[in-house]
Amino acid sequence: MSQFVRFTIDGTECMSTRGQYLVDAARDNGVYIPTLCNFPGVKPKGGCRICTVRVNGKLMTACTTPVAEGMSIENEIKDINELRKSIIELLFIEGNHFCPACEKSGNCELQALAYRFRMLVPRYPYQFPVRRVDASHPRIIKEQNRCILCKRCIRAITDETGRSIFAYRRRSARVEVVVDPKLGKQLTEELAQKAMDVCPVGSIIVKEKGFHVPIGERKYDTTPIGSDIENMQITKI
Amino acid sequence: MSKPIVATTSLAGCFGCHMSVLDIDDRILELFELVEFNKSPIDDIKKFTKHCDIGLIEGGCCNSENIHVLKEFREHCRILVSVGECAIMGGLPAMRNGIPIRECFEEAYLNGPTVVANEEGILPNDPELPMLLDRVYPCHEIVKIDYFLPGCPPRADLIWEALVALVTGDEMKLPYEVVKFD
Amino acid sequence: MKTGVRKILEKYGKDKTRLMDILIDVQSEFGFIPREITVQIADDLGMSEVDVDQTISFYHFFSQKPTGKYHIFLNNSAVANMMGRKEVADTFTRELGIKFDEVTSDGLVGLFETSCIGMNDQEPAAIINNHIFTRLTPFRAKEIVRDIKEGKSIEDMFVADYGDGENRSDLIKSVVSNNIRKIGPILERNYKSGQAIEKITQMTPEQVIDEVKKSNMRGRGGAGFPTGLKWEFCRNTKGEKKYIFCNADEGEPGTFKDRVILTERPRLLFEGMVIAGYAVGATEGILYIRHEYKYLQAYLESILEKARESNYLGKNIQGKKGFNFDIRIQFGAGAYVCGEESALIESAEGKRGEPRDRPPFPVEKGYLDMPTVVNNVETLCSVVKVVLNGGDWYKSFGTTESTGTKLLSISGDCKFPGVYEVVWGFSINDILDMVGAHAEDVQAVQVGGPSGAIIAANEFNRILGYEDLATGGSLIIIGKNRDILTNIVLNFTEFFIEESCGSCSTCRIIPTLLHNKLVKILNARGVKQDIDDMIEWGRILKASRCGLGQTAANPILSSIKNFRQLYEEKIQKNKVFDSGFDLSAAVKESCKVTGRVPNI
Repeated sequence: MSQFVRFTIDGTECMSTRGQYLVDAARDNGVYIPTLCNFPGVKPKGGCRICTVRVNGKLMTACTTPVAEGMSIENEIKDINELRKSIIELLFIEGNHFCPACEKSGNCELQALAYRFRMLVPRYPYQFPVRRVDASHPRIIKEQNRCILCKRCIRAITDETGRSIFAYRRRSARVEVVVDPKLGKQLTEELAQKAMDVCPVGSIIVKEKGFHVPIGERKYDTTPIGSDIENMQITKI
Repeated sequence: MSKPIVATTSLAGCFGCHMSVLDIDDRILELFELVEFNKSPIDDIKKFTKHCDIGLIEGGCCNSENIHVLKEFREHCRILVSVGECAIMGGLPAMRNGIPIRECFEEAYLNGPTVVANEEGILPNDPELPMLLDRVYPCHEIVKIDYFLPGCPPRADLIWEALVALVTGDEMKLPYEVVKFD
Repeated sequence: MKTGVRKILEKYGKDKTRLMDILIDVQSEFGFIPREITVQIADDLGMSEVDVDQTISFYHFFSQKPTGKYHIFLNNSAVANMMGRKEVADTFTRELGIKFDEVTSDGLVGLFETSCIGMNDQEPAAIINNHIFTRLTPFRAKEIVRDIKEGKSIEDMFVADYGDGENRSDLIKSVVSNNIRKIGPILERNYKSGQAIEKITQMTPEQVIDEVKKSNMRGRGGAGFPTGLKWEFCRNTKGEKKYIFCNADEGEPGTFKDRVILTERPRLLFEGMVIAGYAVGATEGILYIRHEYKYLQAYLESILEKARESNYLGKNIQGKKGFNFDIRIQFGAGAYVCGEESALIESAEGKRGEPRDRPPFPVEKGYLDMPTVVNNVETLCSVVKVVLNGGDWYKSFGTTESTGTKLLSISGDCKFPGVYEVVWGFSINDILDMVGAHAEDVQAVQVGGPSGAIIAANEFNRILGYEDLATGGSLIIIGKNRDILTNIVLNFTEFFIEESCGSCSTCRIIPTLLHNKLVKILNARGVKQDIDDMIEWGRILKASRCGLGQTAANPILSSIKNFRQLYEEKIQKNKVFDSGFDLSAAVKESCKVTGRVPNI
């Protein structure tokens, strides 16, 4: 069996290594499929649904679906993009996202996606949930108002024996990501920073850090998220 | 032909969005060529004297007065624009949403660090005062809003671009760099 | 307390994949799961506290605070409400002096709500200390409270005679009724257990699969995947161990036929699991049962024990060398989503019941990452008959697309609610006749539970089958005097809100928004835009990971499609915009706090 597979994205012929997830295969072909709960090197968990594409006519999450020979993938099409925009808007109204007062503003992936998809206002009513701020750990603050429940921290951050430091709690709309009372206290400086970096929004903040990049120089101030992939020089195999 | 008429107001906001309007620098002269202002802090007209084409709303609704003014704007303006984060999503004032009203009052008038002298422990209750709402509401969750200009404040270029487009009927171009939520 | 927990942990070999069992035992021994026990479990299993906590807090029947010596879980399904649940609920709260989700100050009684408990044909029903109480009335509720206050045992609180059939047996002793109204090839009385197992010892696994394939049988859980094909996939997947799961987590409101099979034909089911195990090369079977059916535990365990004694389970079954298979029972702890096969596997591994991303499918990577077949109770029972009588015989029942028979759970406004085994191809009209409901008195039929569709009279000629109305078997008959939007649609939407696992953004958020829109319309504040919004927003749920999320808008979408006039009647005709904002309600609290009279 060949190591390579051929497939199409929006009609364009692409090629990639067999078994790669669609987001990665697309990226290698210079195509950006927006993601949010996905993070390089962390096991995917199709939670946010933003990377939804249509594969051979069926809705699939690109972060969890391996590419296969002959796949026909629809990505940059109207209804798919409308769906993604809807999901971004849903995440905005679900929590309390006060961008002007957030340390992550300008470097926030949720905000960046909203910019990319030209969200001016969510079409859904703001829920204004009552959520807490957990500042009980020496190195980090867990700001629940901003948490989008993407599980990135849950999947990426464990202690040296593999125990979870972050975990879901409860279910349904009441679900939240909490920090282990004991392990949270023992969090090293390095892991705390990693947790903050892995968080796509400003829900995990290393204490006494923030606002260190001036407005205008932040990651998404002038360039939309995904443009690095789209502007990549592709060497065709 | 008479010039389009613009009204503006600041509800539960900080006037930062109005400041941003002034930030269009020398284009302000052009603006006054282009439009006529009616009810607005800019010309200090307190009451609507004409039906307006465009109403710019800064701030969300935190009390009954805000609701009243917003509804008045809806009645008198053909197009209503939510300008800035507070109008769009409540903004910083909405950070009180979820905090019990009693706690808000007590913090503001009894226990807060800026309370100077309130020995009798009075919470303002004069019938003339606006009544506080249970939470801060985005404007479009009260009346129909036609356009939204995000930002805290919206960049002056965004406001300018949008206003000119609304007045001239041209398509509203919103360059990536100017549409920001902070 | 510590030693008690240690014993439980040791019973399960300190295996963290058995966390569900550990927690169920702790909950039953201590009445709740105190934090110090959570910490102890975490330490002993090499997990963090939050990791144990995420499983505990996922399931409805695990509690982290005391639930009372007597804990009453009153079912809140739509049919329970149709049958007078409100009066029963009011009696409980009044007599106990507490609200739902509260425990009396003396710690004696806790009162809780719970989603459909599989007793729709005998509502209103409640679970009190794992025992089922059916056909409750305000009078019965009063009696129960009085008995509780007198400290009576549950056994002594039953005033009615035990139910029919095995419900009377020593190991069940329950007031639940089977209400079997129509018997067919699956439920027939003359079944002798073990014959099919003896027969397959003379067949190759491939021959068994071929026979099942020949029958064209499709999974009875609702999705309708061909059973033979599923088995073949699993057989052809390499794995050092393979598993057969029986999905007895029937949580779809209105479904209760699996409960009846578990009560009356458990040997048939176990035999089906053994056959499946032989066919795919699995050595272990796990029967995953919803917690609501815990009252059947001792009975089912005793039947398994007898099967072991007769060598229908165990090693070298019926003398066939290398034919090894055994079954264990895994209980859930209250989560509808665990009826989804990958969520069920996650749950059986001791985790939150969150559906997995597919691919890989369970047949490739299932329980403990091993190839796993998950089949519905009814599917496994049907398989036994296919083995005994052949695939061609099975095909002689039903239609081309939908072969065999189907067990229906029928409830609501009809004379004879209960379980009916019918051949596929029955029309809704036939069913109404069968159950003693006059078509002219019926306003609607909910086919397939909340995730299915609500059908109006003009479609009563439609037939049950994969080619028309596919269903897992739940049918709720809704009479003319019912308010569909309030009694049915609102209730179902609340059900989906409660039962979402919370992992997909779409399913976690949208049902609440739809619910609020519906309430706005019911409160006469709706406009046409609200109906359009609900249709548009409901569609987004199609992007959810599992069937629960994908169908969570069905109560609203299907009622808008088939009963749009009910919505049109309630919206404001003269308005295009209404935010639903209510100034007098919004200023109420602040005026109260400051002590002033609102002036609006």
